[in-house]
Order: sequence, then structure tokens, then C-alpha cells
Amino acid sequence: MDVNKVKLVANEIRMHTIEMLFKAGSGHPGGSLSIADILAVLYVDKMKFDPKNPNLDDRDRFVLSKGHASAALYSTLALMGFFPVEKLDSFRKIDSFLQGHPDMKHTPGVDMTTGSLGQGISAACGMALAAKLSQRQNRVYAIIGDGELEEGEVWEALMFANQYKLSNLTVILDFNRLQIDGPTCDVMDIDNPAQRFQSFHLNTIEIDGHNLEAISQAIDAARSVKDKPTVIIAHTVKGKGVSFMENQVGWHGKAPNAEETQKALAELRAL
Amino acid sequence: MIANREVYGQTLVEMGKTNSKIVVLDADLAKATYTEIFHKAYPERFIDCGIAEQNMMAVAAGLATCGFIPFVSSFAMFAALRAGEQFRNSICYPHLNVKVVATHAGLDCGADGATHQALEDLALMRAIPGNTVLVPSDPVSTRALLKLATSFNGPCYVRIGRDKCEELYAEDTEFAIGKSAVLKDGKDVSLITCGSATKHVLKAAKELESLGISAKVIDMYSLKPLDEEAIIEASKLGTIVTVEDHQTVGGLGSAVCEVVAQKAPCKVKVMGVNDSFGRSGNADELFAYYGIDTKTIVSTVKAMLQA
Repeated sequence: MDVNKVKLVANEIRMHTIEMLFKAGSGHPGGSLSIADILAVLYVDKMKFDPKNPNLDDRDRFVLSKGHASAALYSTLALMGFFPVEKLDSFRKIDSFLQGHPDMKHTPGVDMTTGSLGQGISAACGMALAAKLSQRQNRVYAIIGDGELEEGEVWEALMFANQYKLSNLTVILDFNRLQIDGPTCDVMDIDNPAQRFQSFHLNTIEIDGHNLEAISQAIDAARSVKDKPTVIIAHTVKGKGVSFMENQVGWHGKAPNAEETQKALAELRAL
Repeated sequence: MIANREVYGQTLVEMGKTNSKIVVLDADLAKATYTEIFHKAYPERFIDCGIAEQNMMAVAAGLATCGFIPFVSSFAMFAALRAGEQFRNSICYPHLNVKVVATHAGLDCGADGATHQALEDLALMRAIPGNTVLVPSDPVSTRALLKLATSFNGPCYVRIGRDKCEELYAEDTEFAIGKSAVLKDGKDVSLITCGSATKHVLKAAKELESLGISAKVIDMYSLKPLDEEAIIEASKLGTIVTVEDHQTVGGLGSAVCEVVAQKAPCKVKVMGVNDSFGRSGNADELFAYYGIDTKTIVSTVKAMLQA
């Protein structure tokens, strides 16, 4: 893996995300910034896709189950060449193909419509099962949120993934420990998710979700497991990369103003 | 006499033989929905999701994005109501090619009682943009409508009851999405129905005939898209009575009223379950209890025509 390249892309994802949210006047910065490094590793180094043919049958699939982090996904897709980077300016606008939450019908590169929590991981299971039924070698990646773990459907999906031995499925948990109403431990405590995943018989890996090498190694390790799905618990910082957004509940679903945007971009440029 | 759900299982096997893209998902009800027939014929294409309908619905969405044609089965209560949001957001919004076949709908579900009798599913399913809603009434229409459901690319909700059904249609009857069927012609009143209420309406029409009242009977098997022309034509008799195994709110009666009120005003009476939950009993007892049996249909029509 070309770490410098991945690092550059991750930083660009963050900068585009901040600009998009500022221009849109709304959106979700915290949980977008926390997954930027994971998206960069996946799209630059791991996933098989062709931006010129976004619907190839044997491409790897990506499902953003925590669909509210759409700004980070759209930034990634634009940087990978699925559509021009300038289009990011239209995010959340009335005539845009970049909806508030991912819409597979209108955005090239979006493999599944998501936004209602808990459903994306199930759809990812369906895609992984489809690959097995069709005897294709492609893999399916899904990012879920830690607050999202409170949806019962996530656990239905994990049971299903185990039952059907979906070893081609890698679920990545964005474990940033914050949700809209406060710290997850106060809202609905999901401490020690590893123990919970292991009790569901899933291959479980725990990493620093901002360490590019660690992300890469975990994804490679998941690939080598042939009899069960993998869940990667990525310990992340909500708002990562922008000092005044880091670990702040208030930055879950709020756009920065002009001054905050300049400050955030200056910090990211310096990284 | 055969239950429409058993016809469903048989038709799945028949379609699965020529279409390898068909996969069937069930939530631990394969014996009741008769998908077990498909399971036996094509075990590799049968996916038991356990008692987890919400996951099942979105798994189907994922399969559909990869080119499969998933048939998702459960009781109407759990398919349409419990997993209704998954159906709306993960299937209908991206307009994926998933067919939901919901059995044990309405009072026809019988003795299991109110928790298992979906009487609101048509209202919900009809309101979702881009959804197609089909309600077969007998074994012949069940087989034909299932094949029609498979003939287009997009979501579809097929509503099936529990009880055995006599055949109301000739084997070679042609059906079409967005159309309806005139089961009996008449000149005094139009009776519009669908699904498990159809046989009761036909019996009522025969009794009315013996009382000198000529009733036209329309089976509105395609609730969405709706056969508006047939409703406008029916309104020309001056009186329409709708009968459904569903709440009087949001289903067939509402659909007919929307057309009549806006395009062809006439007198309408909507018969169905009137803002109540169901209860235990066999289907015939329940139809009588909630006033959608042959006897009540006859007396309602008589009262409408005398008014």
C-alpha cells in the first residue's frame, strides 16, 4: 500500500467534506471525518471497481450503512473518478444527484441506497450471498455506526451473515463513541462490542481506525478468512482532523460557518 | 379447492424451473406460506432468514442489486407492517426488483386472531410510490398474477389469504397489471371487490338476482396501478358498493372513492372492517362478525338502492 497516497486522499476527503457541508448549510461532519481514513484505504488500495463502468457485475461492493456520512462517501467517489469533483458543490441542493443520504439510482458508484439505520448491513449480506450464489469472487464492505448497533436489525444481519458463512463480507464498525443524544455509553451502552461480535461467532479484529497500516492489515486479514464474516472494530475519533470538532457531540449534524470552515481547512492543509 | 398460498408454492417451482434468477426468502414460515415446495425443488435458491423479517427484506434488496429476483414471503402482518419501512426505503425507493408475497392477510387468516390478521397492509402498500399491488382472489388468478409480477422490473406486493379457494376463473383467463375483471354483468349496482371477499360478493350477487336486483361484480385484482376506466364505467350504474377483507380506510374502498370523487361522482358504500382489530374465529364467522359476509352485503345493497 502506498501510505502517502492514501494519506493524501484521506485528507482530501476531509477537506471536500468540510467544503460540501459549508456550501450545503447542513449535513454530518463528525461521522464523516471519522471514516475518511477507512474510505481512503478501501478505495485506493483494496476495492476492485471501474469508475467508467460503475455497474460491473464482479466489482467489489461498498455499503455505507451509516448513510448520514454521505459527504465522505461522495468525496471519495469524486476523487476516484466516478463523477467530477466540482459536482460536490451541489450536495443536498434541490437539483442535485447528491442526496442528503446515498441514493443508488442517481449517484454513480453508490451501490446501495441507505440512510435508515440498520438496513445497509442487511443489504450488504444480500450482496455477499449473491456473490456466493453466482460463484463470483468479489467482496462486500459495509461501514456501520456504533449508535447504529442499537438497531435490532444489525444483530439480525450479523446472525444471518454467520449462518450463511458470508466470508466475503467485511463489516467495519466506526466506533467513535458518540451519537446525537450524547456519548453512546450514556444513551445505550454498547461497551466491549468485540465480546458481542465474538459471541455471534464472527471473526473480530480491533484496530485504531486512523492508523492506515492497521486498517490495511485488518482488511487483508479478513480476506484470508474462508469460513466466516469479519467485523473490524475501528476505534475512531468523531470529527477527526479538525481540532474543534473532535469528540464533540454538537458536530454530529451541523454545518460549519464560513469562519469555522476556513479554520478547519487551514488545519487540514497543515496535516 | 386449493389454498392460494399452495398455488404460490407450486408457481414458484414452475417459474424457478426456467428462471434461475428467482430466489425465495422466508422467515421460518415455509410450511405455512408453502415456499417449502420451492425449498425442496431448489434448496440452493431457498434462503431461510429465521424469524427476522426486517433483515430478510433488506437482504432481498441486496440480492436484487446483484441481478437476482427475490420472492420474499411471510404473513402480511410481518411482511407489510413489521418490515414495511425496509420495504419502502431499501426496496421501493431504489425501485429494486423484489416481489413480496404476503399470505394469511386479513380476516381470512382466521383463528390466530388480531395479532396475525393484517387489515391495514393494502393502505400502506398502496401509498408507496412505484409499488405494484396485486390481490388475487382464486387459484387461477394467483398463478397468473404471480407470473405477471415476475414479468416486470420493480417492486411488487402480492396479497394472499389463508383459506382454500374455489376457482372463480376459467383456466385460460387473461390478466394484466392495471386491469380488472368483470365476473358478472349487471345493470342496477356495481359491486367492486378483491381477494378473499370476492367469493362472498359473487354469492351476494346471485342472491340479489333472485330478489330482482341485477348486480355487476368487478374483481379489482390490480389495486395499484388501478383500473380507473373500469371504475368510471361502474359509476354509470349510479351506485357502487365496495367490499374488502381490510379496514375501510386506505384500501380498495378508498381507491375507488378517490377515482369516483374526482372523475365520476356517484353513490358509494365502502364495506370492510370498520376501525376495529380482528379476533379469533374461522374466516366465514369473522366475515359475518365484521359485516362483510353475503347476508350483510345483500342487505346493504338493498338499503343503498332504496335510499
